[in-house]
Amino acid sequence: MEKNFIEIENLSYAYDEDEGDKVPVLNGISLNISKGEYVAVLGHNGSGKSTLAKLLNMILTPTSGKIIVDGVDITSDELTEDAMFELRKKVVMVFQNPDNQLVATIVEEDVAFGPENLGYPSEEIRKRVDEALRTVGMSEYAHHEPHRLSGGQKQRIAIAGIIAMSPECIIFDESTSMLDPSGRKDVLNTMEKLNKEKGITVVTITHYMNEAAQADRVVVIDDGRILMDGTPAEIFSKPDVLRNAGLDVPQCSAIVEELKKLGVPLDGDCYSTELCAELICNYLTNVQGL
Amino acid sequence: MKNISFGQYYPAESIIHRLDPRTKVILAILYIVCSFVCQSAIGFTALIFSMLAIILISKIPIKTILRSIKPVIIIMVFMAFLNLFLVKGGVELTVWKITIYSKGIYTAVTSVLRVISLIIGTGIFLTYTTTPIELTDGIEQLFGFLKKIKIPVHEFAMMMTIALRFIPTLMEETDKIISAQKARGADFTNGSIVKRAKALIPILVPLFISAFRRADELAIAMECRCYRGGEGRTKLHVLRYRTRDFISMFIFIAFLAGLILINCFGVEYPFIENGWF
Repeated sequence: MEKNFIEIENLSYAYDEDEGDKVPVLNGISLNISKGEYVAVLGHNGSGKSTLAKLLNMILTPTSGKIIVDGVDITSDELTEDAMFELRKKVVMVFQNPDNQLVATIVEEDVAFGPENLGYPSEEIRKRVDEALRTVGMSEYAHHEPHRLSGGQKQRIAIAGIIAMSPECIIFDESTSMLDPSGRKDVLNTMEKLNKEKGITVVTITHYMNEAAQADRVVVIDDGRILMDGTPAEIFSKPDVLRNAGLDVPQCSAIVEELKKLGVPLDGDCYSTELCAELICNYLTNVQGL
Repeated sequence: MKNISFGQYYPAESIIHRLDPRTKVILAILYIVCSFVCQSAIGFTALIFSMLAIILISKIPIKTILRSIKPVIIIMVFMAFLNLFLVKGGVELTVWKITIYSKGIYTAVTSVLRVISLIIGTGIFLTYTTTPIELTDGIEQLFGFLKKIKIPVHEFAMMMTIALRFIPTLMEETDKIISAQKARGADFTNGSIVKRAKALIPILVPLFISAFRRADELAIAMECRCYRGGEGRTKLHVLRYRTRDFISMFIFIAFLAGLILINCFGVEYPFIENGWF
């Protein structure tokens, strides 16, 4: 294990209500994320998972607790404007609604927005824009207008705009929830590619089980607390805990669970469709000698 | 091919299209000055020819250009009539009981010509051959020096860019809201004007709320992408003046100088003074 890239210590956050009441959202979360990890944060609506993302990127300030990113305490009061700028260069975020993240009227200009803010010379920006568009597979759309693209394509442009800043960590805050299935698949493939090929730390906040199953590590949040933390195999082998947290169980895990209940002896990981199919095939081969 | 869905941009391959947007802003200003410098008939003849030349070079169909003049026709007619009856001087001409003067006719014609050249000049240089985004870029860089006297040039340009970016998005949203309200039985086409105006409220309220929400989210997203104003910002496309920019500016300055020279030699109202009217 490499050293921790993000360290969260006993983090709490409460929203201010109108009458001065505080509504707690996060209650003492501690979590370490190392460089190059692919982590899915899973939770139902209102579990506090999006708040966690916003705290990581300093959109919100925690009520108590500490967040240390790459050795810098981002919750300290003495954090300067420049330090914040440096941090936002390292940890970037892709939001839910692709429409509300795109700034420019031409795709390549939008991708260039981040590097332009970082003050790179124009040849360098050109290189980064081309490279980023290639990574997300949108090179041919460089001169299109964003509003004519599909949701999935827009989200990939938003991701390209962020890759062009060459960050170390990307947080996806329910970035696939407004997309159709094919758009979601494109974005998920891009996430995986970024993590595996470019070594970028990926934190994806989601309530889709299949999306979480794709990650290396799954953190389940319920009621502002960490409920479970482990590999997808570990997490999805406890369907009851997931259901109690208001989450669905992936279809394939549910099938295996039902089969087990019927007395079919299945044993092994079953968090993805492929693994599940393999499991059942193996069983059939053993039993019936097919 | 770029898809331009709004504005009057007319995509074509012409030298004017390829000029630097800053040059086009300067040329538009020079052309306006030219049209006001014109005094004599020779000057106005030159102006008419220059207008035709610009239209031909820009490769924009005459029809498209005439359409842009249409909305101001009433103003031009009004102006022409005022000049015709109120300006006195030169040869008298009485038809029935109305007396008009040759100078009045001259001013009426020239004032209309001036307005037409204004519209065509600014239209061709600024809207027909330049995309809104190029224009924003050009204006930002051309007037960059105003930052020194604390005029937020970059901020205006950024606002303009974002507005252009969100026009289609908000139009789409308006359509959706209209359909949603129609589905609930809203009626936008019948009734008195007051009733129809009132029917717009259920469209405008959700539209405004959503626009504010979008603005909020966009601001956060921009901040997350390290935006902190124009300070220290670079550009993907750096504007550069090319030979054609210098040549076109030279031609315009020469044209302006020519018009001033004609004025200096005092060839004012040649037809009128010779009593040709």
